[in-house]
Amino acid sequence: MSDSGGGGRLRSAAVEAGGLGLLAGSALRGLFERPWEVRAWIREAEQIGVRSLGVAAITTVFTGMVLALQTAYSLPSLGVKYYLGTVVSKSVVRELGPVLVALIVGGRIGAGMTAELGTMKVTEQIDALRSMGADPVKKLVVPKLVATLTMLPALTVLGDVLGILGGLAISTGTLDVASGLYLNDVLGALTLEDLASGVGKSFFFAFFVTTIACYNGLQAKGGADGVGRATTHTVVLSSIMVLVSDFFLTKLFYSLF
Amino acid sequence: MVDVRHERERAISSAYRGGNPHRNPGDGPMNRPPDSLDPAATFSVRGLVKRYGGRAVVDGLDFDVAPRECFVILGRSGSGKSVTLRQLNGLEKPDQGRVAFRGVVVSELDERSLRPLRRRIAMLFQSGALFDSMSVFDNVAFPLREAGETTADEVARKVRDLLGTVGLEGIEDRLPSALSGGMKKRVALARSLALDPEAVLFDEPTTGLDPVTSATIGRLILSVRERFGVTAVVVTHDIPLARRVGDRIALLDDGRFRFVGSWDEAEAAPDGKLRAFLEGREEDRDAA
Repeated sequence: MSDSGGGGRLRSAAVEAGGLGLLAGSALRGLFERPWEVRAWIREAEQIGVRSLGVAAITTVFTGMVLALQTAYSLPSLGVKYYLGTVVSKSVVRELGPVLVALIVGGRIGAGMTAELGTMKVTEQIDALRSMGADPVKKLVVPKLVATLTMLPALTVLGDVLGILGGLAISTGTLDVASGLYLNDVLGALTLEDLASGVGKSFFFAFFVTTIACYNGLQAKGGADGVGRATTHTVVLSSIMVLVSDFFLTKLFYSLF
Repeated sequence: MVDVRHERERAISSAYRGGNPHRNPGDGPMNRPPDSLDPAATFSVRGLVKRYGGRAVVDGLDFDVAPRECFVILGRSGSGKSVTLRQLNGLEKPDQGRVAFRGVVVSELDERSLRPLRRRIAMLFQSGALFDSMSVFDNVAFPLREAGETTADEVARKVRDLLGTVGLEGIEDRLPSALSGGMKKRVALARSLALDPEAVLFDEPTTGLDPVTSATIGRLILSVRERFGVTAVVVTHDIPLARRVGDRIALLDDGRFRFVGSWDEAEAAPDGKLRAFLEGREEDRDAA
């Protein structure tokens, strides 16, 4: 029984991986095929980007503040408070900014995408699209992919700036570090490679989150219950994918830069 | 009117038994190998099998639908009617058997090759399947814009004309959520006719509607056939609708056709289960 259960799970994981790969390929091909649905791209970018500003800002500001506090209180004897700019900016720009924005914003937009496509699937709207000779990937998935590939890196850069400013607020307000010292430290420590590494990761995270979310939406079955299960699956799987791929992407970007 | 309809029923019925007087000798299905598709039929289906989870929901169907015919597939809920319908435009692939539309084998085409063909086969879904984020106007305009062959003025003119056909002028700006079930079905019918299809597939067109609205849908199916000259395949368990629109009927039972023929033949058939279904009563104990 356990063998067949394990075998079944392995088989369904293989089917899911295959389906994700096929959808990713179709979506990438659709990105370069005319006609481009520019209006749909802009509408999705507004939905995904502008409406995620608040959650991205809160996440990164408080992360920068906590990072400054933890660093200063954990290692007081080493005088690290004079290097808070380096610690906060490197951590936020290379790692915490892209990963936390992908987890928080990605969870929000991924759940929304799965719920939207899942509802369309169970109410036969996807079949209606297909029956009219339209390509659901081109009409629905590609605009979401374009929007996420542009908005998630943009939100990450914004989050980086806000995280560094959060660290500045704590450094000057609580730890008696001069703002000039903190900012000079940031400017001296940060390199273009740091920024490229962080933004580069966010492109990959955007691709993973969108593909997983759209795949689960398009596979939803069985009404509201099925849409709910698909949405939960998206949040769990995309979070795991972000965290696991982050390790390999970190190694990749350190080897490149 | 009734005589004309009966004559058409008889002609279609005899044609699909191999006795069509308008065909050349040797063209009839009886003279072809039993598994060969009929290139003259709008839809030709041979040996159709579809399984879900190892269970055959459709288990070896053979049928043809003639040009301009209205073929009604009857059956109880879960008997495989909608599954059969979805094979006709390639929304689902059969596990065995072949499905052809005007000689093109739909069941062997990939999704990309099916797209141009699907623009010739409209489908009216059970729920209407209107895009709930779009207005009525945008829903009806969708297939026209997707086909990319008309200007904005032409799209607007055609949308107004189609909504007029289904008796729904002046609701272009409403969202589907603001429409009743019957209005949704009528808007969906208008949308399905946008590209002047050669065939329309109706999946339970009156399910969930009151008797008066169901009668309106029946009238619209007839007027659409008359005006656009389309072939229709209707899946339903609504006997009054089937009587009103169907040239031939088929009763699907446990994945197989229990009966295929005209209404006259159905009424003369000695099959108790068929009679019970058509009369809307529980079957007799000895009928099966």
